[in-house]
Amino acid sequence: MNTNQSETLAVRLSPKKTTSTRSRPALVVDAHTVEIVSDSGEGAQKCGQSFGTIAARMGIGIWTVEIIPAEIQPPARSIEGASGNRIRLASRRVTNGGDEADLVVAFNDQVMLRRAREGELKPDCTVLLENKWKTHADPAIAAKYADAVDEMVRGGFDVREIPMEEECLKLVRDPRRGKNMYVLGMLCHIYSLDLQLAREQIAFIFKKKKRAVVDSNIELLESGYAWAGENLDLHFKVPPSEVKEPQMVINGNVAIGMGVVAAGMEVCAMYPITPATSASHYLSEVFSNVGGMVHQAEDEIAACAFAIGASYAGKCAVTITSGPGLSLKQETLGLAVMAEIPLVVVDVMRGGPSTGLPTKTEQSDLLFACFGGHGDAPKVVMATSDIEDCFYSMITARKIAETFNLVVVVLTDANLASAQQPFPRPTLDKDWHAPPFDQSPIPEGALAYDWDATTGIARRFVPGQPGGMHTLTGLAHNRKSGVAYDSSVNQEGVMHRSLKLAALQKTLSAPEVHGDEEGDLLIIGWGSTKGAIEEAIDRVRKQGLKVSSLHLKFIQPMASGIREILPRFRKVLTIENNWSDRYENELIDDDNRRYTELATLLRARFLVDVDCWSEVIGSPLKPGTVEKVILEQLETLEAQP
Amino acid sequence: MSDSISHCMLDLAEEEYTIEDYQSAVPRWCVGCGDHGVLTAVQRLCRDEKLPPEKTVFVSGIGCSSRFPHYLKTYGFHGLHGRALPIAQGVKIKRPDLHVFVIMGDGDCCSIGTAHWIHALRYNMNMTAIVLDNSIYGLTKNQASPTSPVGQISNTTPRGSFIDPLNPIDVTLGVGSASFVAQAVDWMPDLTHAIIQAAFHHRGFSFIRVLQRCPEFMGHKYDDWVQNPDRMLLLKHENGLKISDELGRIYRNQEIHDPSQRNRAREIAAVSDPIPVGILYRNEDIPCYEDHQVSDVMNTPEIVDTYLQKEFDKYTINPPGAPA
Ligand SMILES: Cc1ncc(C[n+]2csc(CCOP(=O)(O)OP(=O)(O)O)c2C)c(N)n1
Ligand code: SF4
Ligand SMILES: [Mg+2]
Repeated sequence: MNTNQSETLAVRLSPKKTTSTRSRPALVVDAHTVEIVSDSGEGAQKCGQSFGTIAARMGIGIWTVEIIPAEIQPPARSIEGASGNRIRLASRRVTNGGDEADLVVAFNDQVMLRRAREGELKPDCTVLLENKWKTHADPAIAAKYADAVDEMVRGGFDVREIPMEEECLKLVRDPRRGKNMYVLGMLCHIYSLDLQLAREQIAFIFKKKKRAVVDSNIELLESGYAWAGENLDLHFKVPPSEVKEPQMVINGNVAIGMGVVAAGMEVCAMYPITPATSASHYLSEVFSNVGGMVHQAEDEIAACAFAIGASYAGKCAVTITSGPGLSLKQETLGLAVMAEIPLVVVDVMRGGPSTGLPTKTEQSDLLFACFGGHGDAPKVVMATSDIEDCFYSMITARKIAETFNLVVVVLTDANLASAQQPFPRPTLDKDWHAPPFDQSPIPEGALAYDWDATTGIARRFVPGQPGGMHTLTGLAHNRKSGVAYDSSVNQEGVMHRSLKLAALQKTLSAPEVHGDEEGDLLIIGWGSTKGAIEEAIDRVRKQGLKVSSLHLKFIQPMASGIREILPRFRKVLTIENNWSDRYENELIDDDNRRYTELATLLRARFLVDVDCWSEVIGSPLKPGTVEKVILEQLETLEAQP
Repeated sequence: MSDSISHCMLDLAEEEYTIEDYQSAVPRWCVGCGDHGVLTAVQRLCRDEKLPPEKTVFVSGIGCSSRFPHYLKTYGFHGLHGRALPIAQGVKIKRPDLHVFVIMGDGDCCSIGTAHWIHALRYNMNMTAIVLDNSIYGLTKNQASPTSPVGQISNTTPRGSFIDPLNPIDVTLGVGSASFVAQAVDWMPDLTHAIIQAAFHHRGFSFIRVLQRCPEFMGHKYDDWVQNPDRMLLLKHENGLKISDELGRIYRNQEIHDPSQRNRAREIAAVSDPIPVGILYRNEDIPCYEDHQVSDVMNTPEIVDTYLQKEFDKYTINPPGAPA
């Protein structure tokens, strides 16, 4: 992912002949989805990410999705062990992982089966399968291989058995290390990617390794490239998109980490939990270079309490977690709300409850983030919709937290955590940065909670400020921060803390409708499903259907303007990755149906009969799924008088 | 818990403080509650050490004892039951200029907050923690605590508590990185003051258990010890507490205990009668978490800007035609 010339010059510029004689001219396609799957540890993820980066450097729009098993080292050749990457290429900006794959490279038959059985492959998908298992010494393995190929061929897939390992063995002794670069070479040829960029990419990923390692991997790359040219009739070209500005290629969690740095925060307290941890990994790596620190606490309660202590004594801190951790933090969040300590909480959502789907995506913490605490604990809840948004959300969240002395919960998810998508390189702005905390003397008579009658906002006293000494307390308190012994005082505090959300709400701009401002069907979503929903909307609008969508960034408080939009559509439907009961279940009717989380909120606020459609299958929402739902909905609408 | 930076700043503007400078609301503890005496000892310490009230933070949990910060005119943070320690750590990490004290009850520290207690010892951050151990839950009105003696009648143990009490000092000494461990009793305020002072000057996490009388729920538990000085064991050493002649004449039961002797400290800790009072263990060589964790770099917009540009470079791609 590096463009730094000096690092790449070292790479041989006059490579051996790698063009082929047999290969056909490339077929131009405007989009293609590729998957590389292997057992964990075989390097499919590295191969996939590199492939995506090279494509992006050529100007092709990409979105990458990690395929992650739940265990670190699941049994080899197991159906559940599939690990790898999906790369969606297109001649435009890509906003989601797309539908089914067009081409998959599988390192063994079992991981191939997994993807097929999960419906992740197009009906005529091309499969490039490692063939070494076919003649494996263990007859059981050979038999499984044969069965798997059989199942795939019967399923209509175009299976190509490829001697990947055999070819690699010509160059290296241990093909388990390096096969992924051979595959990268094959893919570079298949997709007409620039081989020199690929060499540079290899030089970059192995930059900490010896020169010999780089050279050997480049050799594998070139060999794979040449082999594909000579032996495969697969040759595509995805023309570059129109993007001309420098782009960043990072995943959502790194974007969160960079956002924390850009926001001028200094303390991140956390306890490891998938899929949130990689954001803290990134911060652990870089934070001390800008005067920040990551505290790995003994548990999530301590992490949140630590962040609250740091926020109280200085600049706003952040704590990063996933659902189970957010549960543990609830009591401490109540304290931050009560004491009006600014705090940013990131919840990288995964399937729940309990350990649920620890590596997979879901959007089921929304109501919990809004209302999870005890007592009346108004918090800001916002959601990130793509990788770029992960970065900017941290800056916005920090600013809101410190302006209003509020807890801001940023909801992102496993989908965005590991997905990569290029976005315009941010131009840093000094205004993003948290101002130094106040250490000026407090004028005599000033109150620790001088709640503004209109906005509810109070000035915050920071330890070290002469004259500001008071005891901040989680008990109900008066304006002096004294424990409230008379009954009306509690109500005063509750009212002012609630007003702050209204004050923030007045600053929010109305969300924009994607598509026409009126029509038959309005789809509402939030969070990481934005790309898939909008792509589906674009598809059906091309067919002339009157469907639009609305995507909410702020869920609590919700911006003005939504109320006016809803009645302009015959039907409003949310699409979410959290559960809603389905009428096809015998017991479900209007009196007991549980709605999705956003639909529940919208129904309550706007008194509109908002319907919902949802799935909790752990994988990112597909545009094709949304398209299907839309068509079904329109059919039902049609049938109505 | 000394802090060299703030000490030299203090020298420049040498100020005299009085006890009143640290007094706030009138304490609402019961008459005869042991917390009163500890509060006075702490206020004396603040005065003697000339702690600027604005630079001093008392963090507490929830319980009778945790009302402590409300009665001091410093900064205070009356947080959550059991969570005082991680809050205090957050305060200290970015603000080494602040003097941080933590006040907890026995339920607070040794029950709901146990994980934080053990890990606070592990982090060894520079602060002074005082556990006001009355062997009962006071605020919630008389339930057994982890330190309640066997046979203790309470609302949750109407037939008497039957689990052996946990000994906070012994547990603390069991954690390898514990760096200052002491025991005090509320009815010997001068010694309490001296112990807290030694703790304050220790660089690292100082843990003081104060045996505290709760006349409301524990009746006359410590009467025999209060009345009979021979049932107290004073630990003294040239590197530990010095016992005044006056005190020495009353409390004749003394042991010369070198606080660097951990094994002896554990033997002493195991004794509950006579009650040992003094510094059981001190080790100045244990590194403080903040020394490793706090970066020398200042977080300024310029530094962040320069650094992020470099980070962005690492992940930036320039599509064809893009400006380099
Ligand atoms: C999460 C939570 N659980 C329970 C309580 C109720 N509670 C308040 S104080 C306390 C125990 C107090 O005992 P201790 O810590 O020994 O302090 P003391 O009152 O004896 O000084 C309990 C259980 C609470 N405030 N928060
Ligand atoms: S109940 Fe006990 S601990 Fe609480 S104030 Fe009264 S005497 Fe003190
Ligand atoms: Mg107690």
